[in-house]
Amino acid sequence: MRPVYAISGGVSKFAKARPDKTFPALIKESYDYAIADLGLDFPTFTEIVDGSVASYFSDHFSRQLMAAIMGQDYLGLLPKPSHRVEGGGATGGICFQEVWKSIASGHMDVGVGYGFETMSHVETWKGNEFIALASDVSTDYPVGGFYSGYYAMMVTRHMKEYGTTVEQMAHVSVKNHINAYHNPYAQKRNRYTIEDVRNSVMVAWPLTRLDICVMSDGAASTILASEEGIKKLEAAGAVIPRPLVKVTGIGRGTDAMRMADRPHVDYDFFMENYATPQEKDSDDTAAYYKDLWGRGTRYPGVHSFRAGRTAGNQAYEHAGIYDPLEELDFVELHDAYTSSEIQTYEDLGLCRYGEGGPFAASGKAFLPNVDYGMELPEKSACAVNPSGGLIACGHPVGATGLMQAVFAIWQLQGAIGKHFEDDTLQIKNAKRGAIHSHAGTGTYVTVSILEKE
Amino acid sequence: MTMLPNKRAETLGGYIVHNVPFPKELTPEALEWLKQMTPIQIEQPYSITYLHSYAQDSPWFAGLTNKKLLASQDPETGYTYATPRGNDMYTGDETNWIDITDRRAEVHAFTVCHFGSEEFLAETPFVLVQVEFEGVDTLLLSRLVGVDPMEATLDWIGMEIVPKFLRNSKLKPTDVYFVPAG
Repeated sequence: MRPVYAISGGVSKFAKARPDKTFPALIKESYDYAIADLGLDFPTFTEIVDGSVASYFSDHFSRQLMAAIMGQDYLGLLPKPSHRVEGGGATGGICFQEVWKSIASGHMDVGVGYGFETMSHVETWKGNEFIALASDVSTDYPVGGFYSGYYAMMVTRHMKEYGTTVEQMAHVSVKNHINAYHNPYAQKRNRYTIEDVRNSVMVAWPLTRLDICVMSDGAASTILASEEGIKKLEAAGAVIPRPLVKVTGIGRGTDAMRMADRPHVDYDFFMENYATPQEKDSDDTAAYYKDLWGRGTRYPGVHSFRAGRTAGNQAYEHAGIYDPLEELDFVELHDAYTSSEIQTYEDLGLCRYGEGGPFAASGKAFLPNVDYGMELPEKSACAVNPSGGLIACGHPVGATGLMQAVFAIWQLQGAIGKHFEDDTLQIKNAKRGAIHSHAGTGTYVTVSILEKE
Repeated sequence: MTMLPNKRAETLGGYIVHNVPFPKELTPEALEWLKQMTPIQIEQPYSITYLHSYAQDSPWFAGLTNKKLLASQDPETGYTYATPRGNDMYTGDETNWIDITDRRAEVHAFTVCHFGSEEFLAETPFVLVQVEFEGVDTLLLSRLVGVDPMEATLDWIGMEIVPKFLRNSKLKPTDVYFVPAG
């Protein structure tokens, strides 16, 4: 496999509705930005790029089959190779990794991943129905298919087993919304308090409206290249910042569509097959988990994402990461729900299983230079969703995982101030970050590691 | 205190319009002005009836119609699925049907849906539960009736529940639902 570099990206403005542009034009808004940021014009880049991967989740929202080829056409990429990927909420993360594979394998030198979703074409509750069709239509959807309900069930179990509280969940909402206050691409730029989150309209107990991401229209594009690709682009006049941003690890995991079918493995099986190397090396953690299992915990059950742990472990091994909290400067993770951000802290080894709630309220996942309007007991250790995440930026499904990649590239290029016209969210000397894309009730999860060379 | 909704729901539906404003004369200035137009949005109704087969899972639905709750079991390992599954995920073998109607059952996890997908909005608030059965390795998604949805509490987890069956079957998984035992 060859080294692969993430060299540029663009994000359209995410909004509740973008009726001003067709979806191909929305994709082009993000694509043009990525090309312009390289300092190239459209025809020059078109001549050099070898192909693409397209990302969108649902044919239902656009009521348009083969939408990807309309994007390829509008971007002027015909007749170059392309294909569409789909994996629920992880579609964008899968797209990013498929472009990586095309470059790493030598099939392409310069590749682009572009994605979109236009969810405003139906009413909100019909949109929820479309999303719920990503559950078994024989046994699950007809019972009352509703993703907020599925995630609420997960978190009631998390609360019961681990003592996680709604106030800890609300910390995630406050953090991500206030981060997004400084991100002009975000859909929701509001300053909320813990009380605001808890007093918001109850959607699926105990998740309120401010615990849940919104539906969005939007698009995102990322450009990846090999060393040879970078030479070609620079020979044509591209200006690519140094040090380069390299993709040093990818991982992907899966789990059962029906969360009821997930296993409940015992302590020994967990430690052998799912514990991180760091967890395996710690007698204290082994004793901690032994105690958890002694009190009835089983894994993954409905409260944890085995796919996320699998993807994280793979990506960390690939990138040579042992202690993610120490070795990652930031994580852009799939916070469709405040509760799922907490679950994902645990899956990604930022804390141990069962400790996600206290971790959320500790301050470790907050940015050091942002005023959140509350006292936090600990210093920032690894900023999670410095962009504002899905909860505040929005979640146009096929674009979301690529949006995370774009924000990660800008963080590592030290270019947040340039792109946001506000450098509040810029993490000083950020060297390495992770992006995490997640589908369904944890069915597909991707983790990719990006780092400054 | 929980807030009530502070805005009306956005809905489709409205007047049929037979014309939209457009320049009377397509002068160069008028053609340039067209780029400033707000978008035209139309409604496109779409409905379809699928012929869906429960296929190898059909006996499970037939069981509900006859007030029996079946489960799928691997013939060698005994690994048992509360939700029907034709083949075991570990051995790959075809599963057998077993009757779990009278097994002890309890709430493993739950939520109260105050909103829902469009199809279920009229039924809100309703309680979803993951049901855990004694001697069964996986869970079953179902509805819980007989608790106050406005008084949700984590104490519901672990509560013993029993299945009930619709008298007039709809051949859906909601033909079975659960109520507190006793």
